[in-house]
Amino acid sequence: MPYAIELLNITKRFARTTANDDITLKVESGSIHALVGENGAGKTTLMETLYGLYQPDSGRIRIHGKEVSIRSPHDSIRLGIGMVHQHFMLVPPLTVLENIVLGAETTRYSLLDLKKTTAEISELAGRFSLSVPLDEKVENIGVGIQQRVEILKAIYRKADILVLDEPTAVLTPQEAVQLFKILSELKEEGKTIVLITHKLNEVMAISDRVSVMRKGKIAGEVETAKTNPQELAQMMVGRPVLLRVEKAEKKAGEPVLAINDLSYVDRRGISLLKKVSLEVGSGEILGIAGVEGNGQSQLVECIAGLMKPSSGSITLDGISISGLTPRDVFARGLAHVPEDRIKRGLVVEMDVKENLILGLHNQPQFSSRLAVNRKSIMDNARFLITKYDIRPVDPDIHARGLSGGNQQKVIIARELSRNAQVIIASQPTRGVDIGGIEFIHRTLVEARDAGKAVLLVSADLNEILSLSDRIAVMYDGRIVKVFPNSKVEESELGLYMTGSKGDSQMKAVGS
Amino acid sequence: MTEKRHWLEHPATQNFLIPIFAVVLSFAVGAIFILIVGQDPFQVYSVLFSQTLGNSYGVGQLLFKTTPLIFTGLSVALCFKAGLFNIGAEGQLQIGAFMTALVGMYTVGVPAFIEIPLLVLAGMVGGGIWGFIPGYLKAKTGAHEVINTIMLNFVAAALVSFFVTNVFNVPATVHTPSIAPTGRIPRFDAVFSGFQGSPVNFSIVIALLAALFVWYYIDRTRYGYELRVVGLNSKAAEYGGISVSKNIIVSMVIGGAIAGLVGTNYVMGYKYYFEEGFSTGTGFMGIAVALLGNNNPFGVILAALLFGMLEYGGLVINTMVPKELVSILQAIVIIFVISSNKIFRKILVNFLKKRTLSIND
Repeated sequence: MPYAIELLNITKRFARTTANDDITLKVESGSIHALVGENGAGKTTLMETLYGLYQPDSGRIRIHGKEVSIRSPHDSIRLGIGMVHQHFMLVPPLTVLENIVLGAETTRYSLLDLKKTTAEISELAGRFSLSVPLDEKVENIGVGIQQRVEILKAIYRKADILVLDEPTAVLTPQEAVQLFKILSELKEEGKTIVLITHKLNEVMAISDRVSVMRKGKIAGEVETAKTNPQELAQMMVGRPVLLRVEKAEKKAGEPVLAINDLSYVDRRGISLLKKVSLEVGSGEILGIAGVEGNGQSQLVECIAGLMKPSSGSITLDGISISGLTPRDVFARGLAHVPEDRIKRGLVVEMDVKENLILGLHNQPQFSSRLAVNRKSIMDNARFLITKYDIRPVDPDIHARGLSGGNQQKVIIARELSRNAQVIIASQPTRGVDIGGIEFIHRTLVEARDAGKAVLLVSADLNEILSLSDRIAVMYDGRIVKVFPNSKVEESELGLYMTGSKGDSQMKAVGS
Repeated sequence: MTEKRHWLEHPATQNFLIPIFAVVLSFAVGAIFILIVGQDPFQVYSVLFSQTLGNSYGVGQLLFKTTPLIFTGLSVALCFKAGLFNIGAEGQLQIGAFMTALVGMYTVGVPAFIEIPLLVLAGMVGGGIWGFIPGYLKAKTGAHEVINTIMLNFVAAALVSFFVTNVFNVPATVHTPSIAPTGRIPRFDAVFSGFQGSPVNFSIVIALLAALFVWYYIDRTRYGYELRVVGLNSKAAEYGGISVSKNIIVSMVIGGAIAGLVGTNYVMGYKYYFEEGFSTGTGFMGIAVALLGNNNPFGVILAALLFGMLEYGGLVINTMVPKELVSILQAIVIIFVISSNKIFRKILVNFLKKRTLSIND
């Protein structure tokens, strides 16, 4: 089969790093090619070079056998390359139709000819089963549909090569299945697809070939049918990796965190939490599954003191913590790994040692009234950096200079150093690479084994299934189902997560 | 990534080099303007430097101009660390200096060791109150401090103008009666004969102490830690149990208090009274000083020296070039500081890239 894309000896250097080091990647026309690798391996840089967002320092690019020079996305679009970025490039207040034609408008006497366009797009949408509501505003449609809009946008621009960057990161399992169906159909129609991902089950499910990148180089390329996730993971990380979490059975102890009929109504009067009740026992991980935006964030923020619940109670070890300030909640024995590490969990312009005392800075070992204790802050940093294997080993580097996985380790190190009884871990491995995930999972299980009560909130079902002792599903501000153990199918969870199945109200109390 | 970092890559080096780069560039551009008005840039610059740095009278004049710039620069820098843009140093220094003069004229007969601290405190209280108002409004209502500090500058100017022309003035003048003699801060020339005639006085020591305080407060105390967290990421501050509104108010009060110390130089150390129009935009120059000094207290001192030199130097070269040239030069420095960050880093990145390439080849 001829090649649709040939990247030949591509090298791209930034000031200090070589993001792509002499990379050669050939993608067969009409195939689905997965590009996997850890964060920072250079996958996105390589694809953005193809898309014209970067110029390679050396190397050549051939599209359909013809040597090309791609100076900007304008060139790549002309060459039939479309890219669906991880963060969608849509204009929320405009309609789906307007978003699709934006920048490629058909005009008649220099006026928009939406009628003709509508017909064209409907035809395309029908052909690729990409059903989208053309007249709805983008801000009113779900992320799954928004993604379809992005794909349609690329196809409308006559793309026959489609690059998708981590497309399932924001999707429910059901939506992911839908997406894969769409991708298969695109492939049937002769389109070439490059899928950037680090989810190995997706690679196995849909791709024809896989290229693995590690530290800016190609670590290997295999036919999907002839490999397995274990082998791929090893290629990605460079050493054998445990994909399953090893976890001994354990009986949960007394409930430590108890939430009763917790409700939260926001300023606009919208009810985001509706009488949520749950208990987490010592030595137990309670996983909360759910599509993002179904009240999980509000639940966590209410517990952590960042939001004031409208009604209901929260007790920690029998003492009410409802309505306390974050400082007081910490003092009562809560540790909180927030869902957004850049916005909440870290001050990226501060160095690692200072980030490691955020929220602990008032403790006597770190500061007195008159001065901070620089030595103990430094000792604390050295200790935690070693214990949690944070890299680079440099307490003075800004948190911004760390990879996502290491940033997350800084937060986890800090929160576990509180020695709190209850740990809330919200999306603890989002954007963290495989090696980091393994470490963070092990740390959480160790905390549970040490008798901590762990409340895990995650959009990643694999994570929920492999870590949780019990699983609660949230949908529309409610807990709609509680599974007494983690022996449950992903598809079953998915049904509850999307509200197609479920009791109107469940209490995740007791086990 | 085990390679050693090039020394140019350290942020501290860059923070130091970028302003210098900007200053050099702006002098170069200034030279073009000097050529346009038909003068020899080398000659003008050599006069500028020799008349300001070349003799102790010039140095004294320069230091006198530097002192208030240190105060206002520190005020802006400290607020900036808390994520606040204090445009109100001008108003704060007006109120502060006026308070100093007011307390000073009514406390005759108090011994110097009480009178001097008392007047210093009066200035801080006046400026502090003028900082508190926008700080409180920002913390409680979210009203933007930029708008409110600008507005309060007008209010301050009008207030002191009213009092100094109608209520507390020496008849037929726009200044207050003199402060108690015990409240005077000695001039340098009272101690060092070389500074004869120049108005520089020991309030510059207060300015240096203020810089030391700001450094210690921001860098070495838990309050400074909290202030920086609030300035860099208020959501993380909230999460870490740090009160954002408290820190906003406190930093505006401290910032205002430091700006309020400007009166020590003029009222206590030079004229011994408050005069309308004594500050020619010192509060606004403080923004430039903080910017050039990278919001670092010691950087502020250096930047204040540069702007102090330009301010006095403007008078020196007045006969050779229009005095507007110096205003242009000051403005260009600021523009280059703001824009050179990116230019400089780009040059640096290219330089380092070439270097690594040649090593690898």
